[in-house]
Amino acid sequence: MYQTTYHRPSSLSEATSLLASASEAKLLAGGQTLIPTMKQRLAAPSNLIDLGRLDELKGITVSGGTVTIGAGTTHYAVSTSADVKSAIPALAKLASGIGDPHVRYAGTIGGSVANDDPAADYPSAVLGLGATVVTNKREIAADDFFLGMFTTALEEDEIIVKFVFPVPTKAAYAKFANPASRYAMAGVFVAVTSGGVRVAVTGAGSNGVFRWADAERALAANFSASALDGLTVDSSELLSDIHGDAAYRANLVKVMGKRAVTAAG
Amino acid sequence: MGVEGIGARVTRKEDKRFITGKGRYTDDIALKDMTQAVFVRSPHAHAKILSIDVSKAKAAPGVVDVLTGADLAGDKIGGLICGWMIHSKDGTPMKAGAHPAIAFDKVRHVGDQVAVVIAETKNQARDAAELVEVEYEVLPAIIDLAGATAPGAPQVHAEAPNNLIYDWEIGDKAATDAALASAARIVTMDIVNNRLSPNPMEPRSAIGSYDEAEEHFTLYNTTQNPHVARLVLSAFVGIAPEHKLRVVAPDVGGGFGAKIFIYPEETVALWASKRIGGRPVKWTADRTEAFLTDCHGRDHVTHAEMGFDANNKIVGFRVHTIANLGAYMSTFSSSVPTYLYATLLSGQYDIPAIHANVEAVYTNTVPVDAYRGAGRPEATYLLERMMETAARELGEDPVELRRKNFITSFPHQTPVIMCYDAGDYEAHMSKALEASDYAGFAARKAESAARGKLRGIGLSCYIEACGIAPSQAVGSLGAGVGLWESAEVRVNPVGSIEILTGSHSHGQGHETTFAQLVNERLGVGINNIQIVHGDTDKVQFGMGTYGSRSGAVGMSAIVKALDKVEAKAKKIAAHLMEASEADIVIENGELKVAGTDKKLPFFQVALAAYTAHNLPAGMEPGLKEGAFYDPSNFTFPSGTYVCEVEVDPETGKVEIMQFVAADDFGNIINPMIVEGQVHGGLAQGIGQALLEGVSYDTESGQLLTGSYMDYTMPRADDVPSFNVMHTKTVCPGNPLGMKGCGEAGAIGSPPAVINAITNAIGVRDISMPATPAKVWAAIHGNA
Ligand SMILES: Cc1cc2nc3c(=O)[nH]c(=O)nc-3n(C[C@H](O)[C@H](O)[C@H](O)COP(=O)(O)OP(=O)(O)OC[C@H]3O[C@@H](n4cnc5c(N)ncnc54)[C@H](O)[C@@H]3O)c2cc1C
Repeated sequence: MYQTTYHRPSSLSEATSLLASASEAKLLAGGQTLIPTMKQRLAAPSNLIDLGRLDELKGITVSGGTVTIGAGTTHYAVSTSADVKSAIPALAKLASGIGDPHVRYAGTIGGSVANDDPAADYPSAVLGLGATVVTNKREIAADDFFLGMFTTALEEDEIIVKFVFPVPTKAAYAKFANPASRYAMAGVFVAVTSGGVRVAVTGAGSNGVFRWADAERALAANFSASALDGLTVDSSELLSDIHGDAAYRANLVKVMGKRAVTAAG
Repeated sequence: MGVEGIGARVTRKEDKRFITGKGRYTDDIALKDMTQAVFVRSPHAHAKILSIDVSKAKAAPGVVDVLTGADLAGDKIGGLICGWMIHSKDGTPMKAGAHPAIAFDKVRHVGDQVAVVIAETKNQARDAAELVEVEYEVLPAIIDLAGATAPGAPQVHAEAPNNLIYDWEIGDKAATDAALASAARIVTMDIVNNRLSPNPMEPRSAIGSYDEAEEHFTLYNTTQNPHVARLVLSAFVGIAPEHKLRVVAPDVGGGFGAKIFIYPEETVALWASKRIGGRPVKWTADRTEAFLTDCHGRDHVTHAEMGFDANNKIVGFRVHTIANLGAYMSTFSSSVPTYLYATLLSGQYDIPAIHANVEAVYTNTVPVDAYRGAGRPEATYLLERMMETAARELGEDPVELRRKNFITSFPHQTPVIMCYDAGDYEAHMSKALEASDYAGFAARKAESAARGKLRGIGLSCYIEACGIAPSQAVGSLGAGVGLWESAEVRVNPVGSIEILTGSHSHGQGHETTFAQLVNERLGVGINNIQIVHGDTDKVQFGMGTYGSRSGAVGMSAIVKALDKVEAKAKKIAAHLMEASEADIVIENGELKVAGTDKKLPFFQVALAAYTAHNLPAGMEPGLKEGAFYDPSNFTFPSGTYVCEVEVDPETGKVEIMQFVAADDFGNIINPMIVEGQVHGGLAQGIGQALLEGVSYDTESGQLLTGSYMDYTMPRADDVPSFNVMHTKTVCPGNPLGMKGCGEAGAIGSPPAVINAITNAIGVRDISMPATPAKVWAAIHGNA
């Protein structure tokens, strides 16, 4: 790890001004992605701003048909929250399948979504449920947030504060884990929302998480696994690596899509 | 059987310190004024080094020195060696290129070391390492072993034209050709044995420390064989004479073969300590460095033909294997695809004629050497895939085809050197078939099919040869060392005992099992017995631990030393009790005069030996004896493994529904520890079959599996709850009747898994690791 200066702001506004003033600064949440990257010397922020102590970024509240989750809420907290389990069980289940217990105790939803790893689980829920990303500056609709692998609409001085998830009629997430990393090789989040059926796919796309429009149309007409039978997934936009080529991932997207629909009931 | 004696399930004495974090590993050691070393490593698979500029690095904060291959050569430090000479079939010796501890003219694999930075802290050394400027001329690289000898392939070492290290053969070619020519049926297979990374939990580490006043070196090192390390570093590398070099292997967190070898890093740490005036130099690999520099295992491609007569009896077996030894020949690499591999090609079967031809090649990859099983997994995989495939193609049940060809009388001389001493292959096969309810498979398959799943079952009947010996024989085959073991039994005046063993424990549980042996013999409680190992200053010369030798060879040496201790103790007891020596028996820690109530506790005899107030006339005081034991033969563990899988045809994911392992290890000292060894071996074998595989970019030679994000280590939920059991034929070759058990699981399991998968999905072959993507492609005909 390179030398870095560690800051621990005690309020969101202090964090915001630190981020604006410090040079080459990076936000630190659970550190589950950032710290290993720094140890491997692939990231070298001069200033590290720890969001870990900000109560403003924590907590889960349910009201008026939405579930609001602070950016600093850990995967463990989401996966065990009675509120999340009853309002959007698919989200709790997704969180319970991230990494291992160590990772779930430390890693946060904000860190995961801000990082936008193409194989991360959470982006599929944010996109699949049509959540709103609330930052220290503005509100961003999920459809405008994810711009490609490790690329989001977040600006340099922007901090995610919370996520507002509309409670769907039903939803489910099916993941096929990469045998080595256990991130998603294909993770499909299916939701029936007030705005219609949404299907978001993570792990497979070469531009990160994406909505599977054909599946959304087919499921809007007939919400059953068999509705996806006739679809083919275009493999030209999918990832290929030592764990599976694009054709395999295209198959997984379909299989996981069907399993998610079945699980959603 | 006593509660702590042979056969007892004693919990491991060493576990308290391991489980409570009190183990003392090389990296835990902090010496006064210690410095930290970081290596500058090649980013290229193959390149000429045009220049190295260390000036900026030397000027960086905290840097003590920066050393290169030129400095090493200037100090006349020799290269690393391969200690087993193989001759090609034309009689020429193997063609080994130089293996400098720091490259100076060329780099030959990604990760090859080009300089070392020594600094006050590791972070300073890392910072400075980035300032070392190396100018390379990148050369085309040869990565794929199958193309290594092709005309025009990039040349790794000038000494080995066409990258061919040796072209070796074993067996009777003419007889094998004739047998195949007359065969009623020939089954042909092309088999790949995938390349593996060993991944011990503790990465390699070394501390070199030079004492200027004494001109004496100390090396703390993650090694499985400290004396062998000292011998090589002294006699061949030329660091210091043996009496001026102490090698300490403290707690070592797993080895699996990878810590047998003498590597560049420990060589450099020792030499560098002298260069910088005697301050100790520590190096510890990080995990990525471990992937880039620990010797890999396996990596064969093989073409094989097996001939059968009209009754499906094997008449001949012809094998051609290309073995990848990587960019340099590691310490024992040459022996692995030859004498540790092709000598096992007869398996459990009576095969009248076998011929194997092995070509070993250089490539621009990490060196390949022994990894748990070393050669025997490759032989077993080939043979057991062949038997399964032959059964299918000959229309015979795989069990019956094996049974029909089993060796049933012993000793049995195979056509490939080995003389099997004892075994009962039918016994473990029937036991495994019964335990797995082999007969009920069809019903289970139907039940799976009803759920849309494909179920398959596969067998593997393995034999392996471990406790490699005797020294004279291995010497005649090219080994540079003997393969005996040493022991010393030191009885203290109070009757507690220290056992000094030349073998080394890095997870095997010697501190427990060796103590159980002593308890069985002398009745001393195992908590009054200390097993001392891993320090050349404490322990007499010994050969270390690998190849499942510590029980069969290491404990046999202890037996011989105990025989001498017992004989002397009996003499003393007879003298003290005024009885005849022949009447003294040892029972429950007491020396008794048979048929009387006269007895002396063992500790009183020990005390008498040391007070020497009243010893038989002419007897030397003390009670301490040593022994060297050179076995008369290998031991031949064997077993039958049954694996049953269920495949999800939609995703290609394989789930192991049951795994039965019936092994014959002869007499067993501690069944719990043996089961643990088998469990670990099975996890590694299943890892090879389903999950693990080193992958390189074949153009650039970059390692694609350089972390656990991409290299799939088996985890608890990847393996089933194993059903492990034993049959027994006693090994006639050693005093305890034991066979090795450390590698069997890794040797026997991969073909059982692949036989089950190919059975489930109805394909002839699928390459390891059978990842979901591969299995799915095979099912859907896209393979
Ligand atoms: C062994 C292991 C296994 C894993 N397995 C999985 C898995 O199966 N599935 C999966 O999805 N993930 C997995 N992860 C990743 C894990 O979910 C991480 O927690 C997550 O990617 C990052 O969250 P974090 O809180 O640790 O963020 P950090 O590592 O602290 O930060 C990550 C990035 O997000 C930025 N950031 C953090 N918080 C904010 C914020 N509030 N606003 C703006 N930017 C912010 C940081 O600056 C940094 O760039 C795994 C990680 C590990 C170590």
